[in-house]
Amino acid sequence: MNIVVCIKQVPDSGDVKINPETKTLMREGVDAVINPFDCYALEEGVRLKERFGGTVTAISMGPPQAEKALRETISLGADKAVLVSDRAFAGSDTLATSYALSTAIKKFGVVDIIITGKQAIDGDTAQVGPGIAVHLDMPQITYVRKIEELADGKIRAERMTEEGYDVVEADLPVLISVVKEINEPRIASLKGKMSARKAEIPTWSAEFVGADPKQLGLDGSPTMVVEVYAPPARKGGKTLEGEPAEMAEQLVTELKELQII
Amino acid sequence: MALIIHKDKCVGCGVCVESCPFNALTIVERLAIVEGSACTMCGACAEEGVCPFEAIEMVKATEANPDVNLADYKNVWVFAEQKKGEIQSVVYELLGKGRELATTRGQEVWAILLGKNVSDKAQDLIHRGADKVVVVEDDSLENFEDGIYSKIITRLCKKYKPEIVLTGATTVGRSLIPRVAVQIGTGLTADCTGLEIDKESGLLRQTRPAFGGNIMATILCPNHRPQMSTVRHKVMPEAQTDTSRVGEIITEKILDEDGFTRSRVLEVVEALEDTVNITEADIIVSGGRGMKGSENFELLHDLAKAVGGAVGASRASIDEGWIPYSHQVGQTGKTVNPKVYIACGISGQIQHLIGMQSADIIIAINKDPDAPMMKIATYALCGDLFEIVPEMIKQLK
Ligand SMILES: Cc1cc2nc3c(=O)[nH]c(=O)nc-3n(C[C@H](O)[C@H](O)[C@H](O)COP(=O)(O)OP(=O)(O)OC[C@H]3O[C@@H](n4cnc5c(N)ncnc54)[C@H](O)[C@@H]3O)c2cc1C
Ligand SMILES: Cc1cc2nc3c(=O)[nH]c(=O)nc-3n(C[C@H](O)[C@H](O)[C@H](O)COP(=O)(O)OP(=O)(O)OC[C@H]3O[C@@H](n4cnc5c(N)ncnc54)[C@H](O)[C@@H]3O)c2cc1C
Repeated sequence: MNIVVCIKQVPDSGDVKINPETKTLMREGVDAVINPFDCYALEEGVRLKERFGGTVTAISMGPPQAEKALRETISLGADKAVLVSDRAFAGSDTLATSYALSTAIKKFGVVDIIITGKQAIDGDTAQVGPGIAVHLDMPQITYVRKIEELADGKIRAERMTEEGYDVVEADLPVLISVVKEINEPRIASLKGKMSARKAEIPTWSAEFVGADPKQLGLDGSPTMVVEVYAPPARKGGKTLEGEPAEMAEQLVTELKELQII
Repeated sequence: MALIIHKDKCVGCGVCVESCPFNALTIVERLAIVEGSACTMCGACAEEGVCPFEAIEMVKATEANPDVNLADYKNVWVFAEQKKGEIQSVVYELLGKGRELATTRGQEVWAILLGKNVSDKAQDLIHRGADKVVVVEDDSLENFEDGIYSKIITRLCKKYKPEIVLTGATTVGRSLIPRVAVQIGTGLTADCTGLEIDKESGLLRQTRPAFGGNIMATILCPNHRPQMSTVRHKVMPEAQTDTSRVGEIITEKILDEDGFTRSRVLEVVEALEDTVNITEADIIVSGGRGMKGSENFELLHDLAKAVGGAVGASRASIDEGWIPYSHQVGQTGKTVNPKVYIACGISGQIQHLIGMQSADIIIAINKDPDAPMMKIATYALCGDLFEIVPEMIKQLK
């Protein structure tokens, strides 16, 4: 089975803040990490390989530094990793990003399953997965919390919904996006770390993957970010004081006055 | 549009590197370099006063898109998401917003309704503000299926050419509409919390949180149509029902070209006991590590019952196994937007705040007055939750 896992390197969100004066992101001490949801995607890919055999290939589109994230995927069980990196990707929105990734995935030849995270914690759109599926003309199952079965060219999985879950069956090849509930990612083994150190991670350019320049970067991106700003800071309110009973009484009175209860 | 760094002017001082919100600039051999995939073309580095040598220039050529005649597109569409034949409440919020946008543009609001035996819901959509409702009924449309649904909506968009398409940022909306946008080749803005028409250009200004709510971004889709957005639930007010409103119902059929299904819903499971729909609740009572054990969550269930709310939790409580994952609020859990959020024994780390800080009222109950949650709370109650919460329940009864 040929399994492809899409990985995005993201800033550790807890540290990202906007400087209110310059309106830029403050970068001090911001680490780059593998998008947390992609760790679950990778783990699920590796588990599928362990059950059914095959290879797990991790792919990322990003700056040269993203190689570090890809190296980490090898330590966590990926067999191969490919970095797709090119200036031509400047300003790519999700349409252009999913196009670029799909052209690179095509170069892998036969693929049975593509796994992405539910969403990236920086862009936060959850649009790249479905975009790749359309570009590669594949069915998709999003928000997967469990793969129930994978056999006879079909997958059966549970898609998490607001009310519970749907059991969905799809033909292979398929793209799935996964939520945190699906598994508990492993920690890198010593052997994994060794392989990661030695791994060759090729960098593929836009030209190498045969991408149409008009569909990349700004030219290929219908959306434009025209402004970024810090959300209005939430101000603190009242501190209630006294004995527990007094505090509770004050609170209940206030909430009643506001007609909330 | 392009970002140009004039090599003859750049001295590699690095001022621009500091100005970039996305870490896309680096200095290599005393020359500023744009790191392609990180750059969003926001223009912060090219603003006046940033580069002391005026070496960075944004060349804005609003290139028209030869494939799309913008003037052909009009009306605001709302995807009328239904489950088991019931219109989802986010649709009424979209109809309210849609009405406002359409009025500004001098256009109509259309609702798009797909399903099995759903046509009786079309009137309801008209009463809530739709001028026209396009109904597509078929047995195969009973449950949401990504492939067929997206093919049909793509086909309808190409036929009727809406200017704006709004969808709830729900599981269904976020799965369906990205496919439609890519099939059409247009832009899609995710999870919007603000939508308005730009007075000068008439474009849709779409505002959304990104970086887990740490920043807000405003996004335009200038040269492609439709302009598409998914919209966060419970941010915009619902359109009210007006039974005197009249509108037109257009019936469309499913066609062979919409394709055969390559995925099928076998079963729809409502698992409310372990998948509380905290995203719908107006009041959420949430517990963190301060709860000390699963048995103590009974207390929160009691409080939730007394105020008519649902129970949420921090990741610490999930990791301890005190309550299932479906209750988790935060970056790797659910984003909620209730009227009241009651945080019991939750310190308020950023990954948790991201999921709940847009609540109208935050009530924090914590022993530690300096906990971040206490700093942002509308009402901060400093003390032992095991004393305060039972008192609250007593007084509410
Ligand atoms: C502030 C801001 C707001 C933005 N808003 C929008 C918007 O509303 N609409 C829009 O079209 N674009 C938007 N963009 C651009 C968008 O963030 C980029 O196109 C980004 O490369 C991909 O989107 P994402 O981060 O949302 O990923 P998601 O779609 O959330 O990612 C889902 C999954 O896809 C995979 N994946 C995503 N990116 C990569 C990658 N580079 N390499 C490998 N796998 C990947 C991962 O498995 C990931 O878990 C925005 C950018 C910024 C900075
Ligand atoms: C990538 C990533 C993603 C994450 N995603 C999430 C997420 O989605 N959601 C999430 O919640 N977290 C998330 N976290 C974890 C987050 O960083 C915090 O660790 C977590 O939110 C802490 O939970 P807590 O507030 O319950 O526990 P703690 O931080 O331990 O706080 C417990 C609080 O209880 C108070 N307390 C103790 N006893 C009492 C008492 N008797 N009465 C009153 N108060 C008392 C203490 O003063 C303290 O403030 C994530 C972390 C990472 C790295």
